[in-house]
Amino acid sequence: MNRIDQLFQNKGKDILSIYFPAGYPNLNDTVPNLQLLQDKGVDLVEIGIPFSDPLADGPVIQIAAKQSLDQGMSLKLLFEQLKDVRSTITMPLILMGYWNVVYKYGVDAFLVDCQSCGIDGVILADLPLEEYEEEFKVKFEAHGVYNILLVTPQTTDQRMAKIEKATKGFLYMVSSSATTGGALEQSKEREEYFKKVANLDIPSLIGFGIHDKASFQHASGFSNGAIIGTAFIKALEQGSAADFIDSLS
Amino acid sequence: MSNNKYAVNERGYYGQFGGAYIPELLRANIDELRGNYLKIINSEKFQKDYKRLLDNYVGRPTPLTKVANLSKRYGTNIYLKREDLTHTGAHKINNTIGQILIAKYMGKTRIIAETGAGQHGVATATVCALFGLECIVYMGALDIERQAPNVARMKMLGAKVVPAISGNQTLKDATNEAIRDWIANPNSFYLIGSVVGPHPYPDMVTRLQSIISEEIRGQLTKETGNPNPDYVIACVGGGSNAAGAFYHYLDEEDVKLVAVEASGLGVNSGETAATITIGDVGFIHGSKTMLMHDEDGQITEPYSISAGLDYPGVGPLHAHLAETGRAQFLSVTDQEALDAAMVLAQSEGIIPALESAHALAALEQMTFDKDDVVVVNLSGRGDKDMETYMKAINN
Repeated sequence: MNRIDQLFQNKGKDILSIYFPAGYPNLNDTVPNLQLLQDKGVDLVEIGIPFSDPLADGPVIQIAAKQSLDQGMSLKLLFEQLKDVRSTITMPLILMGYWNVVYKYGVDAFLVDCQSCGIDGVILADLPLEEYEEEFKVKFEAHGVYNILLVTPQTTDQRMAKIEKATKGFLYMVSSSATTGGALEQSKEREEYFKKVANLDIPSLIGFGIHDKASFQHASGFSNGAIIGTAFIKALEQGSAADFIDSLS
Repeated sequence: MSNNKYAVNERGYYGQFGGAYIPELLRANIDELRGNYLKIINSEKFQKDYKRLLDNYVGRPTPLTKVANLSKRYGTNIYLKREDLTHTGAHKINNTIGQILIAKYMGKTRIIAETGAGQHGVATATVCALFGLECIVYMGALDIERQAPNVARMKMLGAKVVPAISGNQTLKDATNEAIRDWIANPNSFYLIGSVVGPHPYPDMVTRLQSIISEEIRGQLTKETGNPNPDYVIACVGGGSNAAGAFYHYLDEEDVKLVAVEASGLGVNSGETAATITIGDVGFIHGSKTMLMHDEDGQITEPYSISAGLDYPGVGPLHAHLAETGRAQFLSVTDQEALDAAMVLAQSEGIIPALESAHALAALEQMTFDKDDVVVVNLSGRGDKDMETYMKAINN
């Protein structure tokens, strides 16, 4: 069974997912970061594939990605770093990135390497649902790699129904209309959106704007858990990653 | 209009290129525009307003000038389409006038734009001033330093110029910032400056620039009795002036279309913007197109002496025209463009923009019959480039 499905089966709520860019803060920190997160009881990790032009990301992730690229990070190197990751890491792992890097690497090669490293799913911010279903879905499924899709407060009901059907593992519920690293908007309208998505037949995690215990708990109240990226990157930069994770519970 | 073979399909593809490779965060914004743009452009009211502004504000139709001395030099008949004579000095305003009307009809009051050298920023600030709309222009921090006169123009026109400090701080990063602003402000209108970006932008901007070839057809008919020339030559960065100059000739296969890219210091120098020549298939700013990127898919910084041509991608229409062979793609170095600008200035009394000088330099690489009719799209005037020209003269 895919580790993502297993996670949602074993633990229905308060799932903590952490995002950080590969090769950050130092080039060889990818696997040590994973070990730290696993030791601290984190449920799920999204490893960012650094990209020069991350459209959906705010300044903190952009700068971290650039630092990682400047240090020599690449998708090829990431797969080398993850080659033996399953000898120590049992959490589900997701790669998150932008389509150009995957396309250039070669979609088939990417899926083969995901499978052989034990990557459970991917989030490809700018690969549209329609193109995915027509051209790539069969390949992803053949390699057992889950494609996790996003919904936003602007997503229409009609489109949400399509995405609900197409996403695998869980639905990534974007909290607000903003790039990553903003604040979590708490309003009646927002809560209704959270509730609407929570009522779907697929588990969901809330991301964008989750940055501390309070916002994590607030978000988890409406979903199966939440994703923290920007705030964790800041902690990594300050050398306080372990303390940050402790502060969430 | 008989554009079928090279027209965009309903999902925004030209052959394999185009589409809308955007984060889900932008989907609603794009769908709103997609649902409105054709309805608006094809409405009688838009056509009337657009035409009136083009005539009385932009200064259209622009002349088609037969240039005798240049014709003699190349042993053929050369005509220049004079986009340099429009208000604000380049073809960019054809697009901003059209998009500001679309924004207004959609009830938008806040306009976002990106700019490289500042030409599109100025053209956007101009129409925002005209319509009393808030204008935010993203510009690479490095470009703000390099293009002070255009920054001043935008400010005088009432626009807010926001430095893009991410990445390499140039056009590509300004575009990223503008898109991020649009994600955070879905009620704003993003006014793109070229035939790039997610569908429907490439098609919308192409239609708004197609006035160029529409006029050429009428003017050539008067001049020669035939609406079709043998050649249409235009420079390509993102490709909006070329798209406009080619549009009504796309299905006229006897008209040879020539697109000219900037090769900077040379196509193999590593300092180039010749995307079609050295790039391969990739994704930038929501579009599947030809792209300059490294082995890892990281988008590389282009270089050209001309700030309007240094974009690492190219409009998906042009990628398709290149792949199908419908247009021939040439490339011209900095030095060749500078030389061509001097030739035009001193033989015809016209100082071209550096971008347009690339189209003129292509004449040197081609051979013509004496009866050929050759149209070069002179996309802009050279006032903004005087510092660069002076440096070249003094060297």
